Amino acid sequence: MALAGAVLALGDPLFSKGVDGGVLLIVVGKAVATLALLLASVVLMIWFERKIISDMQNRVGPNRAGPWGILQTLADAFKLFTKEDLLPERADRRIFRLAPYLSVVPAFLAFSIVPVGGFVTIAHHRTQLQLADPPVGILFLLAVSSIAVYGIMLAGWSSGSKYPLLGSVRASAQMVSYEAALGLSVAAVVLITGSLSTRDIVIDQHGHLAGFLPNWNVLRLGFIPFVIFLIAGTAELNRPPFDLVEAEQELVGGYFTEYSSMRFGLFYLAEFMNTITMSAVNVTLFFGGPDGPWFHSVRWLGGIVWFLAKTVVFLFSYVWLRATLPRFRYDQLMDLGWKRLIPLSLGWLLVLAAMIVSRPWGFSVVAGGLLFVALLARAVMVGRSATDELAPGPVGEAG
Amino acid sequence: MPAALAPVLAATAVDTGVFVVAAAVILSGAVGVVTGRNPVHCALSLVLTLFGVAVLFVAQDAQFLAAVQVIVYAGAIVVLFLFVIMLIGVDREEDVRAEPLRGQRPAAIAVGVLGLAELLGLARFHHWVTGTPSGAGAASGPGSNVEKLARSVFTRYLLPFEITSALLVIAVVGAVVLARRPQPGPGGGDGAEANEANGAGEAAEAEAEPASR
Repeated sequence: MALAGAVLALGDPLFSKGVDGGVLLIVVGKAVATLALLLASVVLMIWFERKIISDMQNRVGPNRAGPWGILQTLADAFKLFTKEDLLPERADRRIFRLAPYLSVVPAFLAFSIVPVGGFVTIAHHRTQLQLADPPVGILFLLAVSSIAVYGIMLAGWSSGSKYPLLGSVRASAQMVSYEAALGLSVAAVVLITGSLSTRDIVIDQHGHLAGFLPNWNVLRLGFIPFVIFLIAGTAELNRPPFDLVEAEQELVGGYFTEYSSMRFGLFYLAEFMNTITMSAVNVTLFFGGPDGPWFHSVRWLGGIVWFLAKTVVFLFSYVWLRATLPRFRYDQLMDLGWKRLIPLSLGWLLVLAAMIVSRPWGFSVVAGGLLFVALLARAVMVGRSATDELAPGPVGEAG
Repeated sequence: MPAALAPVLAATAVDTGVFVVAAAVILSGAVGVVTGRNPVHCALSLVLTLFGVAVLFVAQDAQFLAAVQVIVYAGAIVVLFLFVIMLIGVDREEDVRAEPLRGQRPAAIAVGVLGLAELLGLARFHHWVTGTPSGAGAASGPGSNVEKLARSVFTRYLLPFEITSALLVIAVVGAVVLARRPQPGPGGGDGAEANEANGAGEAAEAEAEPASR
């Protein structure tokens, strides 16, 4: 009896009057439309990235297939399909074949919880422009992204060769480490919303802050969770400057070195799909999702336009980061994740929680935190100078 | 959940279908864990089992538990297993017929049959034990699943919750302290001590890990 509510989205008004054939048809139609649109947007995203990168690097980029080379990705996909599918001799055959799907399926599943617009009415059924709205919404995203680790890890291991293995070990270590910071910044959003559902998170951000500013979480939470989410999200995507996983100069191509043909194409698809999903989730969590001034003629279109506009800004910034920033070193990557982002997000979560309970508590937590940090810094300084006096020379430097 | 929703979907048939599929997935995964020759394949079968259990949690209206099951068990712990398998290099096929512990197999079968009988008996005569048709009394009532869970964890079961978290922190700190390699001090001759500490660290980590799961 619990099943009906659990599998189908709870919050969607589509299911409030019971489930019949029409409702099922709408759900299937939404799923098919989402998949088709996502595939199309991946094709466009690959073209967009290549075009922007080439502009930033003062070259022309793809310009042969279609106007401005917009069909280049389709041509490349066709070429990938016709290539020979190689299977390395020392590969674990079953897992080698399985891994690309473990990578690409979570990438598409993750998008299903993103609200892309408001509500529409199809054949007397009112429904929200969102594929699924489970009560655990944002946790579903974390669950799916933790499954995506398997695709990369198993691809590297099953290739039976050293560079893919190194790449996949790096990738899994990186993704597992940054997932903590990512989860803590999501926790800040959940704390202020009081719900895990992405639809509730978006609805909670309607309205205005201090009269004219939008009531978006990026302002309400004081920027820090947003910045942490952006950095940790980029690391989760294995995109530059966190692309140690692929690091062409060191690892040939990372975990997918041994893959060819459409199996390689699936990894490529997953990577770009994840970039789009991460941008969309960023918009949902911190920038009000489809929230914005409405176009009064067609109300439901307004939300979609705002959502797309905000997402494209993030997609552009990911391309921009790739074009400008050099790659991290491995120890820098781990230092940033464990020693900076996680303590910062934990501390900020504490301050936010105290602020929600009451303002005086919040400010006293901030003051107490500052005092603690100052004392800790002083203690570290004293400790350093004491060690230097005891053990001068190279030993002291190593410590 | 909307009360009108459950009867419309002919819930019993759907519930049964989901249960049968999930049970088949769980059992095939479990058999795969035991019979697989390659440790990596075994770990993947374990993931299959964990997924099936998560589906059953969703069917029981425990969405939060399902999400946590996937995030923590499938996403972190089995990844850790795989790390260990891949890095230590035990990813070679092993002969399952070799028996390190004599008489272990018949004993395992006997205990398994006993456990199954107990479970079936409990399912048949549960009202003798608990007095209610369902053991999950606390989870029913108004409010969302997460809300109910949070309320019971932070009110009724606060002390066990805090004690568990303290235990986890102690385990982590202990593992870090024991596994840390002492810097060669100014006097030198720390080698033996360092080795000893490392050995102890590994042992402590092995002990601490089950606790942190």
